[in-house]
Amino acid sequence: MPQENDQQNYPQKKEKHEARRDFLKQSSAMMALALTPPLVMKAAQHDEAIAGIFEKMPLSLEINGKKVQLSVEPRVTLLDLLREQLQLTGTKKGCDHGQCGACTVHVNGQRINSCLTLAVMQEGKKITTIEGIANGDQLHPVQEAFIKHDGFQCGYCTPGQIMSAVACIREGHAGSPTEIREFMSGNICRCGAYDNIVNAIMDVKQGGTAV
Amino acid sequence: MNQFSYIRPASLKAAIDAVAKDNSARFIAGGTNLLDLMKSGVTTPEKLVDINRLPLKEIQVNGATLHIGALALNSELAAHDTVKSQYPLLSQALLAGASQQLRNMATVGGNMMQRTRCSYFYDTTMPCNKRNPNSGCGAIGGINRMHAIFGASDSCIAVHPSDMCVALAALDATVLVTGPKGSRRIPFHDFHRLPGNTPQLDNNLGKGELITGVEIPANDYTKYVYYLKVRDRASYAFALVSVAAALDIHNNEIRSARLAMGGVAHKPWRLYEAEKALTGKAPTEENFRYAANIAIQSAKTYPHNAFKTGLSLNSIQTALLKAATV
Ligand SMILES: Cc1cc2nc3c(=O)[nH]c(=O)nc-3n(C[C@H](O)[C@H](O)[C@H](O)COP(=O)(O)OP(=O)(O)OC[C@H]3O[C@@H](n4cnc5c(N)ncnc54)[C@H](O)[C@@H]3O)c2cc1C
Ligand code: SF4
Ligand code: FES
Ligand code: FES
Repeated sequence: MPQENDQQNYPQKKEKHEARRDFLKQSSAMMALALTPPLVMKAAQHDEAIAGIFEKMPLSLEINGKKVQLSVEPRVTLLDLLREQLQLTGTKKGCDHGQCGACTVHVNGQRINSCLTLAVMQEGKKITTIEGIANGDQLHPVQEAFIKHDGFQCGYCTPGQIMSAVACIREGHAGSPTEIREFMSGNICRCGAYDNIVNAIMDVKQGGTAV
Repeated sequence: MNQFSYIRPASLKAAIDAVAKDNSARFIAGGTNLLDLMKSGVTTPEKLVDINRLPLKEIQVNGATLHIGALALNSELAAHDTVKSQYPLLSQALLAGASQQLRNMATVGGNMMQRTRCSYFYDTTMPCNKRNPNSGCGAIGGINRMHAIFGASDSCIAVHPSDMCVALAALDATVLVTGPKGSRRIPFHDFHRLPGNTPQLDNNLGKGELITGVEIPANDYTKYVYYLKVRDRASYAFALVSVAAALDIHNNEIRSARLAMGGVAHKPWRLYEAEKALTGKAPTEENFRYAANIAIQSAKTYPHNAFKTGLSLNSIQTALLKAATV
């Protein structure tokens, strides 16, 4: 049976005031699970997944290399799942409408806006967030380059910028500053760090390090 | 977002049945338009039917025809080798739309079905005949800078926001549809509608009908093409106006031309008269200007969008010039 506690796989620091929120989350999860089994079984027979209104459904994902079994309501976006249930708060919510790119993550290696997809739509997929790109204590080359080139000011857009930048280089869309600007246009920076972001990406690209 | 139930059918029939039998059910593909509208409370379906498990992702060449599955992603289609070499206009139009993150989610079917970006449509406190039939139109007496100059009605002056669809209109695509009563083919020109007095209907898709794919016939527009998009910022914004121009030029003579516009009407707007005017002519700036002038004759503007007539004139001419000089 899928359990929300699988989030315990992640190192997390909880403030006291969050305890009540967790209690509510888990008790409602248990309520929903008690209601779920007949529908889930029916679904399995028809090779269909089904969740009723107010019901949670089982969800398997691989997040930053770890397999997790979860239970989520259909209306939870991938972004909210990451931030609210898994405490992976590196991925930011800027606009929640696909307009800013702060929520950019990779799904099966492709960058997407996690605010405009439902978590349940990602069944079986591999998700990579900003927490998953460094190699232990060693920062990812794009993270290094953002520091070297001052690719941020307040830092709010930065996780999205970095996830987008990594994909932009992998896609082969970082051939020139013009191409980078076009293919990074889905990431808005309110502080206007654009020039430095472009320089950081050019630096990594020209350095030839695998990203 | 409102609460809803969710199913992920494994067969076309189950998906179609689920929507045909339930008025409050909607298909969801990439989710980039539907979830946006649900978060704003513009659309409040009680059931979502996730079609992503259906086998509709293929992009393939069947004889002389390009067949594109409804679930092909906008990014995949834009980067597809055959599309880049044989249908470059489509690739250009796709890349002019949204951002790479969104194109990695957006499907071809969903792109065709995306709803207008009229801000009164999005604002549930405002009147809007499209969102709420017979409530009035907020845009007609309001701020209508982004709105239509062709084919609008007293009920609605919204524009269709898609870039991809402008190229598909120019390339005479056919929409493949399957519904409770079987399958049918809809010429692209007849897919989207003008608002008339039923602006709540964006297109002619029936209840429970699912787009399964799009077909584009082979054509001679592999070289002299250009998609020009004019917007408020250089990228990642909807068009003020856009022009898809495709020419078949031999020995300095235009054998045939295709022209369509985005951002100017409730549907992708083909410029048939201007196309005719170019046929048999030399690809010169004067002839392009002449054709562009024909195209804008039927323009009707509103207080804030009068600039779109001149912008269209110049954009058509520029797109043709760019297409002719590759
Ligand atoms: C910030 C932002 C900027 C954007 N900029 C642009 C732009 O510049 N140019 C542009 O062209 N677009 C732009 N878009 C729109 C984007 O292209 C669309 O949201 C996208 O194409 C919709 O596809 P989807 O698969 O995500 O559709 P969904 O959101 O899944 O579905 C949209 C609608 O289509 C229906 N539907 C989906 N698939 C089918 C099918 N196979 N058969 C029948 N019905 C179906 C759904 O029921 C729903 O009503 C932008 C979007 C955002 C959020
Ligand atoms: S233009 Fe159309 S979509 Fe916009 S407010 Fe008027 S009726 Fe609604
Ligand atoms: S939070 Fe997803 S794009 Fe802004
Ligand atoms: S660094 Fe502040 S928004 Fe980009």
